[in-house]
Amino acid sequence: MADKVILLSSWVSAFGLRVQIALAEKEVDYEFREENLFDKSPLLLELNPVHKKIPVLIHNGKPVCESSVIIQYIDEVWTNGPSLLPQDPLQRANARFWADFVDKMIYQCGSRVWKNKGDAQAAAKKELIGILKQLEGELGEKPFFGGETLGYVDIVLVPFSSWFYTYETFGGFSIEKECPKLLAWVRRCNERESVSKVLPDRHKVYERTCGLKKRLGLE
Amino acid sequence: MAPEKAVVLLDERVSPFGQRVRIALAEKGVEHEYQEEDLANKSPLLLKSNPVYKKIPVLIHDGKPICESLIIVQYIDEVWVRGSPLLPSNPYERANARFWADFVDKKIYDSGARMLKYTGQAHEEAKEEFIESLKLLEGELQDETYFGGENFGLVDIAFVPFTTWFYTFEVYGNFSIEKECPKLVAWGKRCMERESVSKSLQDPHVVYELLAYLLKKKYGKV
Repeated sequence: MADKVILLSSWVSAFGLRVQIALAEKEVDYEFREENLFDKSPLLLELNPVHKKIPVLIHNGKPVCESSVIIQYIDEVWTNGPSLLPQDPLQRANARFWADFVDKMIYQCGSRVWKNKGDAQAAAKKELIGILKQLEGELGEKPFFGGETLGYVDIVLVPFSSWFYTYETFGGFSIEKECPKLLAWVRRCNERESVSKVLPDRHKVYERTCGLKKRLGLE
Repeated sequence: MAPEKAVVLLDERVSPFGQRVRIALAEKGVEHEYQEEDLANKSPLLLKSNPVYKKIPVLIHDGKPICESLIIVQYIDEVWVRGSPLLPSNPYERANARFWADFVDKKIYDSGARMLKYTGQAHEEAKEEFIESLKLLEGELQDETYFGGENFGLVDIAFVPFTTWFYTFEVYGNFSIEKECPKLVAWGKRCMERESVSKSLQDPHVVYELLAYLLKKKYGKV
């Protein structure tokens, strides 16, 4: 019996985009269902009653929630092709650590850059640059965080690159200037179809963020 | 047989996150050196081993550090394959275990801490969220022996240290956890029958004294 895979997500969710990249890396056929985050579908609310959030992967009718949990699930179920997580337990722990770092730091800090003004924005901007520099340090001279090939940390981080233009425009700084190696890594990731076909255009993301700011009354 | 490589745990006795790691090491019978950290005066080893967060627990295995308690527990499970596995072998059940362990951190610890710290409206909101989160977790447990079913596992390890905080939550929240979530309390007692748990956790009244002291010192909360 063929696998039936559905992904409840949104084109503008960095967490959902990660899952799309992981599915593409494993060449998994799936149906993508765009969720309106201001009017969530009954299916989403039924399958993720705890958090009521996207992404949700539905594999043969069974839901898997939380993007980092989903990616590890995809890696363990579809064992064709290279592993997304390292085989060695220490390297695997390290990959989980940095993916968790991305999760804890980037979204909330980046959001503070575009949501705030004045001192609060300046502080968020400084913090974001610090976070990106730490990641750049972890990358080092490797082509990818996963080493020679795209891995778990790359997949978890790269969707946020579509938000770089938004952070830069609101924050008034250049990420390329602060973290050139990270930008080179973004370009390398985009040489892979699994990434380039999935990531949204940065201007679309910026426009959407402007609209969201208006809607939230943050202008 | 080659000697096992050295295992060192940098920890702080009352940390629930450190307790998770101690429980996992005990479950697997891993001999290790315990190093108590003074969090007001962190050791050079801790700062070098966890430069990103500078926090405990840190497990150092053969000189290499592993940080973040749930990541450490999974590492222990993957390296010391003797005894009962801490995660299920089925990928879907494994994803479910990871989901609920993450839930303990994101929802229960977060709302519980806010309930302790704040007063007034913020306190009431945190308390409501905390009780709701406990009930969701109890819903996941249902009538199983452990969250891992018959096997004591990741979710049990993630949550059980917080059972010693129940008394504190009850005093500050003015409610009874046994009344709201009797199955969780029964599960907590079952876990305490395991030596790995009873030897790693602190007495709830000791926890209360310490938390009361910290809350007063840091937030002026009485």
